[in-house]
Amino acid sequence: MYKIVGKEYLTPVICKMEVEAPRIAASAHPGQFLIVRAREEGERIPLTICDYDSEKGTVSIVTQVVGASSRRICHLNEGESFTDCVGPLGQPSEFVKWECEKFTRSRFLFVCGGVGAAPVYPQVKFLHSKGAAVDVIIGARSSELLIFEKEMASQCDNLYICTDDGSKGEKGLVTDVIDRLMAEGNHYDCSVAIGPMVMMKFVSLTMKRFGVPLTVSLNTIMVDGTGMCGACRVTVGGKSRFACVEGPEFDGYQVDYDEAMRRQTMYHEFEIEADHKCKIGLDE
Amino acid sequence: MTEIKKRVPVREQDPMIRSTNFEEVCYGYNMEEAREEASRCLNCKKPCCVGECPVGIKIPQFIEKIKEGDVAAAAEIIAQDSSLPAVCGRVCPQESQCEGSCILGIKGEAVAIGKLERFVADYTLEHKRQLLTATPSNGKKVAIVGSGPSGLACATDLAKLGYDVTIFEVLHKAGGVLQYGIPEFRLPKEKVVEKEVENVRALGVKIETNVVVGRTVTIDHLMNEEGFKAVFIGSGAGLPKFMGIPGENLNGVFSANEFLTRSNLMHAYDGKSDTPVFVGKKVVVVGGGNVAMDAARTALRLGSQVTVVYRRTEKELPARVEEVHHAKQEGIVFKLLTNPVAILGNEKGWVRGIRCIRMELGAVDDSGRRRPVAVSGSEFDIETDVVIMSLGTSPNPLLASTTDGLDTSGNGCLVADEYGKTTRRGVFAGGDAVTGSATVILAMGAGRRAAAAIHEYLSK
Ligand SMILES: Cc1cc2nc3c(=O)[nH]c(=O)nc-3n(C[C@H](O)[C@H](O)[C@H](O)COP(=O)(O)OP(=O)(O)OC[C@H]3O[C@@H](n4cnc5c(N)ncnc54)[C@H](O)[C@@H]3O)c2cc1C
Ligand SMILES: Cc1cc2nc3c(=O)[nH]c(=O)nc-3n(C[C@H](O)[C@H](O)[C@H](O)COP(=O)(O)OP(=O)(O)OC[C@H]3O[C@@H](n4cnc5c(N)ncnc54)[C@H](O)[C@@H]3O)c2cc1C
Ligand code: SF4
Ligand code: SF4
Ligand code: FES
Repeated sequence: MYKIVGKEYLTPVICKMEVEAPRIAASAHPGQFLIVRAREEGERIPLTICDYDSEKGTVSIVTQVVGASSRRICHLNEGESFTDCVGPLGQPSEFVKWECEKFTRSRFLFVCGGVGAAPVYPQVKFLHSKGAAVDVIIGARSSELLIFEKEMASQCDNLYICTDDGSKGEKGLVTDVIDRLMAEGNHYDCSVAIGPMVMMKFVSLTMKRFGVPLTVSLNTIMVDGTGMCGACRVTVGGKSRFACVEGPEFDGYQVDYDEAMRRQTMYHEFEIEADHKCKIGLDE
Repeated sequence: MTEIKKRVPVREQDPMIRSTNFEEVCYGYNMEEAREEASRCLNCKKPCCVGECPVGIKIPQFIEKIKEGDVAAAAEIIAQDSSLPAVCGRVCPQESQCEGSCILGIKGEAVAIGKLERFVADYTLEHKRQLLTATPSNGKKVAIVGSGPSGLACATDLAKLGYDVTIFEVLHKAGGVLQYGIPEFRLPKEKVVEKEVENVRALGVKIETNVVVGRTVTIDHLMNEEGFKAVFIGSGAGLPKFMGIPGENLNGVFSANEFLTRSNLMHAYDGKSDTPVFVGKKVVVVGGGNVAMDAARTALRLGSQVTVVYRRTEKELPARVEEVHHAKQEGIVFKLLTNPVAILGNEKGWVRGIRCIRMELGAVDDSGRRRPVAVSGSEFDIETDVVIMSLGTSPNPLLASTTDGLDTSGNGCLVADEYGKTTRRGVFAGGDAVTGSATVILAMGAGRRAAAAIHEYLSK
């Protein structure tokens, strides 16, 4: 079970895998995630379901190496298996339940930061197939961290690329692109931002000026992913919510980003030590 | 009348030593001690003890066999009523169940029924005796949601009757609370829980882990597409409660479930695992149940100084007497008649203390206990780096919200009659999912009654 049937590095630190998980493939929707364990001693790591093929019985995940566990995941090879893989978890994106006509009347703006392009992709693909108008902004630190450009281009109306260092596309931040698009008179009915917490925070500040509804997907720390532990709690609209069961998507204007960023660093010291040990263990 | 003999004391790890390791606290009886303790039982004609055991274990009969030194026969007697004796012998609140009504308890000390049951079970596990074997299948499929004690008990009885049983479990290991909640030093995982789960598998029960019923598959899908004729829901009460006081989302505030899951299920305590658990120098645990005691004693073993804060008095502590006794022996401080009002943070957003208020007992409330009321103006602060909230749990709403026709009561518990019949035809439920957090043995009892009801339903 959970055999890796395809693996490809999208950038030196981001890897895409196709994993055998027939039950998940048959029931996944855009916006949902799964949890994997790379080995018997492994952490439970949440990753967005980026694509699913119910006929083949496989799901795709895209992992960026940020610490010890994501490094272990990316070090698994084609033919090897995850010890565990559970999902789909979380609520599907709200538009999954929309009536057909609503799609053709709606124009979306997606804003992705770095590996956030991976979770955005299934949503864009879904909306495109339903006839919605979709524009996408992908931002990354530099061109080496850009992913899903080609795939995204084939599923959206306009694709805008920007990098912090100008090595590809416009030089600047995603928020600069939003400002420009709005200044050019573009109108959007909905917007979605997925990426690092700090980027979602600034997108929400920018988008608010234009009054476009915003959805964000929160990558909190998680353990079980089923509502049992509360590790994933975030304050949304002044209330404590569990991101794994009530989210991961929330109204972008209601989230307490500063608290969420602080909570993400809870295990910082352990992580530095673990990553150090992990690198030694993996003989790098 | 001759004087009643005293209970044979059970050997335990020294409190000073055990507070630094995760090995089991209680060593249990050996053969000689067990036979001596068994000899105290009067083999009552109308045994009061049996009536108070939720699964009705034939207590005097199995104890009689221990007296004779025939442990194998004792094990067979227990197996007729319980599939998890090594677990129950360890974690049942015996003082309020079987032992609580033992006739010897009136004038002296009750027979150590739990310790004797544990002795028999451990002996059986150690000698790798397989008591039950698979029964030829009758071809009827039954699905069980959750691999906790209720699910395992239901599966055992149905498999013995020849049903083709599959348990679906969301976590990566089977056992429910026995696996993720109750710590190693009270209930060893490899030595006991996994072996008892293996025994259930040996009956032909399939266990599919990593399946979230309600998301990966729905109950409707299992019944309509996969040919399951009946479903038993034993999904427990896993949703943790928080107090809703200021500062609860500071770094360093955890639910007991998170803390225990990281330590037990994810093995953070043994250092070999990739999952970290954060313990400060000082830990405050809020609550007074078994879960609070387990969190406190786990934090202690991970190197912290631990204080338990509870709003009523020692008499009302809901935890098992043995656990409170052990916790005190190990050096855990209890601040009773005390209730938190806020958690205090430092400039970086980490916990630095907890503000509490003193309580006094007022009039008797619905639960029959005197209600604690705050003494105004009595606030005081306790310095701490970690706060573990252990305020109880309620059932996860996922199943009810994804299954048509499955009703819940106000507090999220599934509605089911005493045989486990829910409001949906063919769907049964039991254990914590129906009652709210209770005990292992009550969950097992409910699983067994539901198995009988499912058998009747499918035999029609
Ligand atoms: C619902 C959800 C969906 C996700 N989808 C994806 C995905 O599709 N692809 C992907 O690469 N990652 C995704 N993530 C994030 C991924 O789970 C984390 O990157 C991973 O847990 C980090 O583990 P680690 O041990 O490698 O790093 P750690 O050693 O735990 O952390 C390294 C650094 O990353 C930060 N960090 C820790 N946890 C997270 C987190 N959850 N999100 C962001 N930063 C974190 C830490 O503060 C630290 O600075 C998702 C997270 C959630 C909750
Ligand atoms: C820390 C702690 C200490 C305790 N100490 C004691 C004690 O000393 N003595 C005692 O008698 N009792 C004790 N209890 C209580 C006792 O453990 C429970 O009452 C008992 O385990 C309930 O059994 P159950 O089968 O109803 O549910 P659980 O044991 O909770 O098992 C439910 C299982 O269902 C799974 N599940 C949930 N939802 C789904 C889903 N949608 N799909 C698939 N699977 C699902 C869960 O992951 C879990 O494995 C303690 C509880 C805790 C938390
Ligand atoms: S199962 Fe529990 S209540 Fe029943 S005899 Fe054993 S210890 Fe006592
Ligand atoms: S009540 Fe006590 S003495 Fe009587 S049979 Fe039960 S255990 Fe033995
Ligand atoms: S991850 Fe445990 S409750 Fe959300």
